[in-house]
Amino acid sequence: MNWVLVILGGMVGAPLRYLTDRAVQSRHDTGFPWGTFAVNVSGSLVLGLLTGAVTAGAAGSHLQLLLGTGLCGALTTYSTFSYETLRLAEGGSRFHAAANVVASVTAGLGAVYVGLAVARALWS
Amino acid sequence: MQAPQIDGPDAPVPDPPRPAPWHGQAPVVAVVALGGAIGAVTRYAAAVLWPTGTTGFPWTTFCVNVVGCFVIGLLMVAITEKWTVHRLVRPFFGTGVLGGFTTFSTYTVDIQRLIEEGRPATALAYLAATLLAALTAVRLAATTARRVLPDGPTARREKGKRSS
Repeated sequence: MNWVLVILGGMVGAPLRYLTDRAVQSRHDTGFPWGTFAVNVSGSLVLGLLTGAVTAGAAGSHLQLLLGTGLCGALTTYSTFSYETLRLAEGGSRFHAAANVVASVTAGLGAVYVGLAVARALWS
Repeated sequence: MQAPQIDGPDAPVPDPPRPAPWHGQAPVVAVVALGGAIGAVTRYAAAVLWPTGTTGFPWTTFCVNVVGCFVIGLLMVAITEKWTVHRLVRPFFGTGVLGGFTTFSTYTVDIQRLIEEGRPATALAYLAATLLAALTAVRLAATTARRVLPDGPTARREKGKRSS
């Protein structure tokens, strides 16, 4: 059952990342990987919210596997983030590569705290 | 009363409708979903096989992310610079399997959890070590792949064109 939940979450999370990335990247002409940035930050927000819900007892371990391990895990990505950072650095945009790293980590971590705060406001 | 619009020879030509970004993407979305399921379940298997406990350094997520970054470095050089592959290979392996295998959200939540548990030094070490190891892995893999992988026919032709 646990494995099925993770598989189902992964089956939704990965295409959601792909379609979000395409939608975001088709709307601007810069080389900056805003699509991956968007999914990594929003996935961190949802996982923060879910973690808060689990801590408050509003969500159980099944939901954590489906939405946390499966969906958020597959929605967000470290490999594409690293590869796009490498491409920026190799293409001579060292500033953009560094900005991508700093912005992704800062915004991702900030999103976790926002998600937790929302969960606390809702369920405690 | 307003005269009806007649499409004379000077009438402006409307722009062709821009296709939505997901137009004709069904097979790609399907292989990304399949790959994402494989990647996510492999990451879950790693967490079940090597549980890190609740207070320690999140080694499993660290290793998953670094390994995924190394593999994507190899894969992307292989299929974009060396060989010509089927158009679904990249979305399946790169976007699906490796994207689903590695995770950014667990990484950020792990950092927050370590801070919450009163271990800011471990949190900072995990934050920095993952970044450093992941970026080194992807760079090392790309460099290695460029050196050791044999050129496919397309890459050889491209090089021939450039040198002539």
